[in-house]
Amino acid sequence: MVTEKDVEHIGELADIGIDTAELATFTGQFNAIVDYFDVLDRVQGNGAVARDLYNVLRDDVVEISLSQDEATRNAGAREDGFIKAPRVM
Amino acid sequence: MAVHTISFEPDDRYNAFLKVCTKPSHGEGKLAGVAIAVKDNISTQGVETTCASRILQGYVPPYDAHAVELIKSAGAAVAGKTNMDEFGMGTSTENSAFGPTLNPCDAGRVPGGSSGGSAAAVAAGMVRMALGTDTGGSIRCPAAFCGIVGLKPTYGRVSRYGLIAYANSLETIGPMANNVADVSLLMSVIAGHDRKDTTSHDKPYNHTPSANIKGLRIGIPEEYFGKGVDPEVAAVVRRAIGRLEELGAVTVPCSIPSMEYALAAYYVICTSEASSNLARFDGVRYGPAADTRKSWHAAYQDMRKQGFGPEVRRRIMLGTFALSSGYYGKYYAKAQIARENIRKDFARLFADVDVLCGPTMPTIAFKLGEKSDPLSMYLSDILTVPVNLAGIPAISVPCGKVQGMPVGLQIMGRPFEDERVIDVAYAYEQVVKP
Repeated sequence: MVTEKDVEHIGELADIGIDTAELATFTGQFNAIVDYFDVLDRVQGNGAVARDLYNVLRDDVVEISLSQDEATRNAGAREDGFIKAPRVM
Repeated sequence: MAVHTISFEPDDRYNAFLKVCTKPSHGEGKLAGVAIAVKDNISTQGVETTCASRILQGYVPPYDAHAVELIKSAGAAVAGKTNMDEFGMGTSTENSAFGPTLNPCDAGRVPGGSSGGSAAAVAAGMVRMALGTDTGGSIRCPAAFCGIVGLKPTYGRVSRYGLIAYANSLETIGPMANNVADVSLLMSVIAGHDRKDTTSHDKPYNHTPSANIKGLRIGIPEEYFGKGVDPEVAAVVRRAIGRLEELGAVTVPCSIPSMEYALAAYYVICTSEASSNLARFDGVRYGPAADTRKSWHAAYQDMRKQGFGPEVRRRIMLGTFALSSGYYGKYYAKAQIARENIRKDFARLFADVDVLCGPTMPTIAFKLGEKSDPLSMYLSDILTVPVNLAGIPAISVPCGKVQGMPVGLQIMGRPFEDERVIDVAYAYEQVVKP
């Protein structure tokens, strides 16, 4: 059973910005969905899933890419060719 | 190369487009002058790309997705960006931040999703072809609901470079059109290796559809005709399979026991990947600007609360929950095992049969607003998600009507045998051609 407190905590972790008025609806929907997920308890089998591709990376050499202006053009706030972000500390 | 322009001014009464390019340019090639609509989660250089979300409003990609680069090189004209469920999260295109797309067959019904805009644009005759994306059925579902053809290619066959990620391990770009030959033609342009996508395989597609299916072995999984599937839809699909038998195919009853877990596994995996992928939308690098005077978390939460719709927020939270310590083993790890079991079930069946056939969707297109509860909407994806979990190709081809609405026949094939599912769909299409 997922409680409103759990959903509030998950909302915090996900930085999704939940307000109190939404909590009951989200919690109700969450419980219905998570109950459905419980079918996975019966899944048989184990072990790591192996794939035939592993860390497909190119050589670390400089190639033509976006210019600084192109790369930052979509930022909402820019200053001196850099992206401005909210303060972290 | 000579550059031409076409005039594109569609009557978009179904809200299929989020952005129309009225004078798109084009070059020469096998798609010369063909107007192609592109789903709005596929990056188009210089053309706003929003994923039907407010959080990306105003975002103009500085580069083209690889698939877009390829269609342009083949001479296509990008006619505009099509409506979708926000970030691909939905089965009806009702989750768009810019209003739902309507089904051209009945404007009171949904076109399916999430590539509903692409399907409606093709079905209404606005464009000959469109690019969609399929994470859990998002090409095949709207193709079925709108009565067009849609191919979900083998995972890795079409580059995902420039596709704005929702659930990378499941999703792929694919072709949609009014007939199988056009789907095949568009597939021949977009398939192939791209080193910018680390999951890309070097498997180009150079195929001309063939209607010869004599001796083909078709598996009929009982789960595709079982609980939750509308009996009228099942009957139409069974009749279509009967036509394939008349063409010389042999049907074999079979079963996919792991289907029981497919939908839960799919939703655990896609929401988990979404919670990680969508963390990048913070109002800093693209979309409406975050308030830089606020602290990081406050600005971030405000932005995401306003920018994401309810379904996107729900899926991000579900994924965060499924990956959180204490629940990871119960949900995410189990879902991965279920996924492997599904892959093994398909491999076992494909040792005996060449393709599997069943309905694409369990019902016809539902009415707008009919499915308001998230879980009931998720349950509509039961017949499409197994294919994404296994990474195999599947096509939806129109095969009849129920209550005047189109029904799709789904044909699933072995990995990298996209050609074969195309051939079976083509054979069916030829035999029922008026």
